[in-house]
Amino acid sequence: MGDRMMAEPQDIALELSGVSKTYQISQGLFAASKPLRALDNISLQLRRGEVLGLVGESGCGKSTLAKVLLGLEKPTRGDVRIFDQPFGSHDRKWIARRIQPIFQDPYSSLNPRKSVREIITLPLRVHSVGKTSGWNDGVSRMLDLVGLPQRLIDANPSQMSGGQRQRVAIARALIMRPEVVICDEPTSALDVSVQSQILNLLMDLRDELGLTYLFISHNLAVVEHIASRVAVMYLGRVVEQGPAARIFETPKHPYAVALLDSILTPDPSMDVPDVDLDGNFPNPVDPPSGCTFHPRCASATSLCSRLRPEPVQQAPGFVTCHLHDPNQQKDMA
Amino acid sequence: MVSSSRSEINHTSTPGQQLRRRALRHWGLMIGSALLGLIVLIALFAPFIAPHDPYAQDLTLRYLRVAFMGGTWEHPLGTDHLGRDYLSRLLYGARISLTIGLVAALISGTIGTILGVTAGYFGGRVDTVVMFIITVRLSMPVVLVALAVVALFGGSLTVVVLVLGFLLWDQFAVVMRTSTQQIRSQDYVTSARALGCSTTRIIMTEIMPNVFNNMIVVITLEMAHAIILEAALSFLGLGVQPPLPSWGLMIAEGKDMLFFEPFLITIPGLALFILIFAINMLGDGVRDVTAPENRN
Repeated sequence: MGDRMMAEPQDIALELSGVSKTYQISQGLFAASKPLRALDNISLQLRRGEVLGLVGESGCGKSTLAKVLLGLEKPTRGDVRIFDQPFGSHDRKWIARRIQPIFQDPYSSLNPRKSVREIITLPLRVHSVGKTSGWNDGVSRMLDLVGLPQRLIDANPSQMSGGQRQRVAIARALIMRPEVVICDEPTSALDVSVQSQILNLLMDLRDELGLTYLFISHNLAVVEHIASRVAVMYLGRVVEQGPAARIFETPKHPYAVALLDSILTPDPSMDVPDVDLDGNFPNPVDPPSGCTFHPRCASATSLCSRLRPEPVQQAPGFVTCHLHDPNQQKDMA
Repeated sequence: MVSSSRSEINHTSTPGQQLRRRALRHWGLMIGSALLGLIVLIALFAPFIAPHDPYAQDLTLRYLRVAFMGGTWEHPLGTDHLGRDYLSRLLYGARISLTIGLVAALISGTIGTILGVTAGYFGGRVDTVVMFIITVRLSMPVVLVALAVVALFGGSLTVVVLVLGFLLWDQFAVVMRTSTQQIRSQDYVTSARALGCSTTRIIMTEIMPNVFNNMIVVITLEMAHAIILEAALSFLGLGVQPPLPSWGLMIAEGKDMLFFEPFLITIPGLALFILIFAINMLGDGVRDVTAPENRN
């Protein structure tokens, strides 16, 4: 614990370089299977102690990324490094002690046949941590930490509310004291009134335990509130990343612009926002040519349908768009 | 410890208590388990209840009628074609039916559950192979296979139990495969995997407890199925061999006198009906009582 607190803020907790994940989608018995590129050449860094918000529409590969980081899926190409050690050289338990998930739906993430005590001690049992006699204290401490009353220790998930269940899921994720927590839309299944409680709990725990969060969400208001850096994903690629403040104030990529315009405002006179997005989310098995966003992009040119943009440094951060690539600017005209 | 923590959760009762309350309110479940319990007791204590030796023949007392139809109270349900006491044979017959039902359901349950859970959990190629085995099994008619096996090894209780046990696992495999597929995609299984749990631990502690109630329902159905099949096989002469008092065999032996002494068929038939009815009521009840918990 102590040395983690004193670690330099520049330390990289997780690093993905050129990670791709391709699934083979079967098209029936006799047709050849087609590749689905769920993740396409993703490079991301997660710095120690920061909250990286990962946003994008459903189906853009956010959850696949989470699975790769949890060691549940092997990337087809590229590597993942954790604390500067390659992922592949360690077994799942080693990874599990450092990276833990919190899932979206607390109704599906807790085994209905187990009590809170059994759910929270499962990590201790799997990793044979400490003595059985010490587990009760551990569970009590975790319940205090996540703000659950001690009387719920023998309760079943079916006796608890969504917010309470999510607190149990958080306790299970944190009892092994991981360093990185992957929050996969941790509030989107909860009532609005409970969402902020859980978010505040997550932020308090980050300060208290020195955690690093990868916060996956399609709720931009939440991300703005909680993240220090933001990465925007579209069809398996990161189209823009940078400090949260910069992205929310001056988004560069047309998709990020459209996404931010779609935030609902509490002012009723503003009406439903007019989003500058054409058409539907493309079929990921058959993605558009060139820049995969071009069919829906208002400022697309002929170049966009031909050439795939590469990430360009846009201080601070990266943008993957021809409009912001100085080398392509002259061709655009 | 347990009671104190229970009283602390004031308003909500534990799932165990809720389950018990639902079970006690379920009439079908209560009737089914009472009848089945009665039949199990009869089977266990047959030597003490039966008025006569079920194998003792008395050719001077053949085809005695049921007591209130002109028979004597010495033989309350009359006697069969060899003068054996029908009530005693009926009571001992419960042992055969229950043994066959239980053992066949256990064997087929083990085979089917292992195949189904494996296919459902691993999916992909494993699933394809298991589905192929299930298809092969479904394309074999039970009676024909039983006929062939009995022709090879001769009919006996053991052969019937084994044949039924190794043939009736298809329901288990299909039901367990589907329920495992459903549970497997739940986030608590993913989170157990992310914790580094071994596959064995995930199957035993995360999957099995959640598919268990489905297994109980299939066990009751297959028990009833096995008992009926045993009766059918014995009736055809392919099952339990005389002089064992199997209910199916008793029906077969009584069929010659169908028009003159119909009680010879009615009585074992009724016993068979009550047993199957009780098991099915129990199975339906277990399904109704345990299902709502999974919906939460």
